[in-house]
Amino acid sequence: MAPPEAVPQAPERVAHAAPAVLEARSVSKRFPGVVALDDVSFSLRAGETHALVGENGAGKSTLIKVLTGVYRPDGGELRLAGAPVGFARPSEAQQSGISTIYQEVNLVPLMSVARNIFLGREPRNRFGLIDFPRMHRETSGLLDGFGVRVDPRRPLHTLGIGTQQMVALARAVSVDAQVVIMDEPTSSLEPREVETLFRVIEELRGQGIAVLYVSHRMDELYRICDRVTVLRDGRHIHTGDLAGLDRMQLVSMMLGRDVAEVRRAGVTNFAAEGHEAARTPVLTATGLNSRLQLHDISLSLYGGEVLGLGGLLGSGRSETAKALSGALPLDSGELTVDGTPLKRLTPAAAIRAGISLLPEDRKAEGIVPGLSVRENIVLAAMPRLSRAGVVSRARQDRIVDIFMKRLRIKASSPEQKVGELSGGNQQKVLLARWLCLEPKVLLLDEPTRGIDVGAKAEVQSLIDDLAREGLAVLLISSDIEELIEGADRIVVLRGGAVAGELAGEDVAEDRLLEVLADHAPAPGDKAPAAEEDHR
Amino acid sequence: MTPTAAPAPTKSARPGRPTPSLARLRDPAWYQEYGVYGAVAVVLLFNAVFTDHFMTADNFRTQLVQVAPIVIVALGMALVIGTEGVDLSVGSTMALAAAFLPLYLGYGLVPALVVSLLAGAVVGAVNGSLVSLVGLQPIVATLALFVGGRGLALVMADGQLKQIVNPDLLSLGTGSFLGIPPVVLIAGILAVAVAFLVRRTTFGRQIVAVGGNRSAAALAGLPVKRVLIGVYVICGVLAALAGILATARLTASDPSSLGTLMELSAITAVVVGGTPLNGGSVRVLGTVAGALLMQLLRATLVKHDLPDSTAQIAQAAIIIAAVYVARERRSR
Repeated sequence: MAPPEAVPQAPERVAHAAPAVLEARSVSKRFPGVVALDDVSFSLRAGETHALVGENGAGKSTLIKVLTGVYRPDGGELRLAGAPVGFARPSEAQQSGISTIYQEVNLVPLMSVARNIFLGREPRNRFGLIDFPRMHRETSGLLDGFGVRVDPRRPLHTLGIGTQQMVALARAVSVDAQVVIMDEPTSSLEPREVETLFRVIEELRGQGIAVLYVSHRMDELYRICDRVTVLRDGRHIHTGDLAGLDRMQLVSMMLGRDVAEVRRAGVTNFAAEGHEAARTPVLTATGLNSRLQLHDISLSLYGGEVLGLGGLLGSGRSETAKALSGALPLDSGELTVDGTPLKRLTPAAAIRAGISLLPEDRKAEGIVPGLSVRENIVLAAMPRLSRAGVVSRARQDRIVDIFMKRLRIKASSPEQKVGELSGGNQQKVLLARWLCLEPKVLLLDEPTRGIDVGAKAEVQSLIDDLAREGLAVLLISSDIEELIEGADRIVVLRGGAVAGELAGEDVAEDRLLEVLADHAPAPGDKAPAAEEDHR
Repeated sequence: MTPTAAPAPTKSARPGRPTPSLARLRDPAWYQEYGVYGAVAVVLLFNAVFTDHFMTADNFRTQLVQVAPIVIVALGMALVIGTEGVDLSVGSTMALAAAFLPLYLGYGLVPALVVSLLAGAVVGAVNGSLVSLVGLQPIVATLALFVGGRGLALVMADGQLKQIVNPDLLSLGTGSFLGIPPVVLIAGILAVAVAFLVRRTTFGRQIVAVGGNRSAAALAGLPVKRVLIGVYVICGVLAALAGILATARLTASDPSSLGTLMELSAITAVVVGGTPLNGGSVRVLGTVAGALLMQLLRATLVKHDLPDSTAQIAQAAIIIAAVYVARERRSR
């Protein structure tokens, strides 16, 4: 099955189009042992929104880092408005008009909003000191345009992550950019904020600014992007208009697989039919309360079902999952596993009782980057695989081998450091860490966020298999499609409290949106002031 | 001049597949891991050629006896640094252990040793609790006992130097077992024990995991607090042991000056040995080699009649090189 290298009707480099603002010509970048970019050429035209897609490891991040001066290319050249340029460091790229918004907010958490926006180019008064009144005034004006109303004097870290992202965006746009690069800008935004972002992108387009838009979310790409460039394994696969390109074709180019194969597999990889749930719950949570975070949350999880946990950003989904795994200190509440109440609520006690949590933030709370794949997999199971406190390599190797095969973890060897793997494979390593404990309850917080299409499909079908084997699965996902297709039942949260439950026929997109929309904010809504502020 | 392909096929390696040996020499990570052994070899080689009476058993014996207490302290320090911490109180702990010795020698050698080591354990437990339970930053938490520990030691000893006359204790410092000084033997055994602890025991692997990503370790159900306290206790006990051995060699308990600047020597040995300061990795053999390198370097310069100030500058250069190599690795 030869992967389709390019689509025949691809209208590459149309002559009449707007001139290229930023161009990469035959750019290559090598790291010891890897060719991250191999002879990649692509151009960005003024006023276009250009999607950059590819699986993890395709070279998107490397290309962005080359364009923004973080890396210097080993071969090829960059051209800005037709003239060859070389950026020695990111600030040079910025001064040339290339602004970047990274996936993780790249600002100074302890500084005020205004200082972040004007960092490095603060307005001065006639004594040469920072003109704070003017800075604050201009910040307010700028943020108003983004529908964000916050006190510009507030330290950035006190804002919600979505608001921080908007501040980053405001900063990027306010520096007279010709090119704005956005790396997964919507991954931490609420739908409302996404709309604002799209409006800003439209405005940028009107001003003739080129936007390079990196995202895994197909809907977004088709909504706002004009053209698309596909990378795979460090090579340029395709550049062309997005409008005429079939979704399946695009996915197949990213994966290097047949269109028919992708079509057969469906959008998500969940089986169409639901699961047979057990009669008695495995895990029952009653009256979970945590000040400002959770309000009287009660729910039951049955073996053999996937329970979806729905809700918007900040609704308390992750906190609920953490509470169920003993990782969130509670003011009151009880967890019962198979009829036995847990005496102490700690992660260790929950794990002993058979509850495992796959945390949302893979990097910060999941992997130990400097340790090997093997050690990351056995991390939680280590005491069980040891004799008198001395680890048994033989036992570890057996378990690791089983799970690397079952989850198809791609690593050069079990001894490769986890930090060197792609996001999808890191996620599989974490799943293996929990599955090797043979849990009864698996809590999955955004299991497919930020991983490539192929790994996503694999994780989804794994969740299906696990539920079929009788495991109780709790699934949190911001991807509505994934939640609807994956879950047998959905509990919807809002403001840290249960807002409704959908089961059977009601597990559908319109019903879910109704529940999300119908409910006014709960009285004790914990949404921080910043999130209430912008409307 | 035509810029045609230079006849250097090994250097213009095919993309992604450079010749292994060359790639290694260009990879800073390689220097961080093995550079210290190379440096020790270079110093030895230099002395073999240029220094008279260096490659003699007597000289090595002296060097090893001098470095042994540093190695013992550095082993504990390596564990602490592996958890993304640091223990500044090791020098004071040595002094405290030394202060307790003469007070309890009247009951016999064993009770005195037990009390001294216990003092180290208590210091470690306090440090560990401040770090893990109270949540202080290690540098601040251990600063408290860095200052207070020596003060307490001086109070215990009435601020006086006390001669040690117990022959058993003195033999620890001056005797020899199978031709090897006991201090060196103890340091060697401890190095092997700590290496085993780090590589093969659950506790050791948990140390590394806690240092590599503390919240991940906590969510994986690891006893993070117990691991942290345990690490500081081990560090405290090892420092106390080093204090006892140094006192035995000195033939006097001197809490006012024993172990001063030891924390810096220990941290230097650990860093030069390739253990990153941001945790997640403990290099035991590297730490031993790091301590040895600094010792040999100083000895070399002294033997060539260079003043101590020059030795300090040379040490600074080594430290900067070690930190530089570590920095390269992180920014990649």
